[in-house]
Amino acid sequence: MGAAMAATMGAAMIYLTRRAEFSASHYYHSPALTPEENQRLYGKCANPHGHGHNYVLEVTVGGEIDARSGMVVDLKDLKEVMSREVLEVLDHRFLNREVPVFHHVIPTTENLALEIWRMLAPKLEFCRLHRIRLYETPDLFVDYFGPAKDVSGEW
Amino acid sequence: MTADSVHLTRRYWFSASHRLHHPALPEQENRELYGKCNNPGGHGHNYFLEVTVAGPVDPRTGMAVNLAELDQFVQNRVIEPLHESSLNEQPNFREQVPTTENLCVEIYRVLEEGWPGMESARRARLERVRLEETSSNFFEYRG
Repeated sequence: MGAAMAATMGAAMIYLTRRAEFSASHYYHSPALTPEENQRLYGKCANPHGHGHNYVLEVTVGGEIDARSGMVVDLKDLKEVMSREVLEVLDHRFLNREVPVFHHVIPTTENLALEIWRMLAPKLEFCRLHRIRLYETPDLFVDYFGPAKDVSGEW
Repeated sequence: MTADSVHLTRRYWFSASHRLHHPALPEQENRELYGKCNNPGGHGHNYFLEVTVAGPVDPRTGMAVNLAELDQFVQNRVIEPLHESSLNEQPNFREQVPTTENLCVEIYRVLEEGWPGMESARRARLERVRLEETSSNFFEYRG
């Protein structure tokens, strides 16, 4: 391989996505709303006994390909952080009761995606977190690209 | 884009038939251009539609968009009129060929037109429509 080609490869931006699944239960209740408003807004999701989903999480990191390893990130490091920081905290939990942040944050898919970003971002100093995509069901997912980031046309 | 904006995507489906045929072109040219899709009887697809809206999460509700309102909106504006229809008979396709490209743009336009009347429009904007004609073919439009 020529030096010019190697240099080009070293500068190439690439995105890697790792998928993981977890199962958890939740219900929706906003203390800012009356019981009637909660019922009207959230419908069946307001049942305080909760209901569950098989969530599918996609974590995308971006960066340049390391010329020595040919990788953008060491996948086992990423897997370990995802497992420790997210899956062990959320999997088979009743989010409202067992995960402290959701004592005061409503565990909607939107908020869950934001919180997963906050759980992961400080622990991924060895790469650059680009996107969290969280599927609540195959028909509903949320993407989050981090705070105050303009991503128009980027995904 | 403001801080903590999320992009929420909802997936829907409908079935419809179409025939790709341009009235301004000769028969032979239509057959060459569109191939099997030009067969006079038409053919159908199960279309999968993704609608993406973007906006900040409302701290009172935890939501960027009221999902029930979004579902009803897409149902009324897109699914109900198109499901089990012949696209060539739709008013917007009397003059243009109902390719999935054109259909994707039309769906975006119909949604964009009604979006300002939505309660959810106060926080969220319509960002993207993605239309899958088959699992191998899909199109995206962002206005």
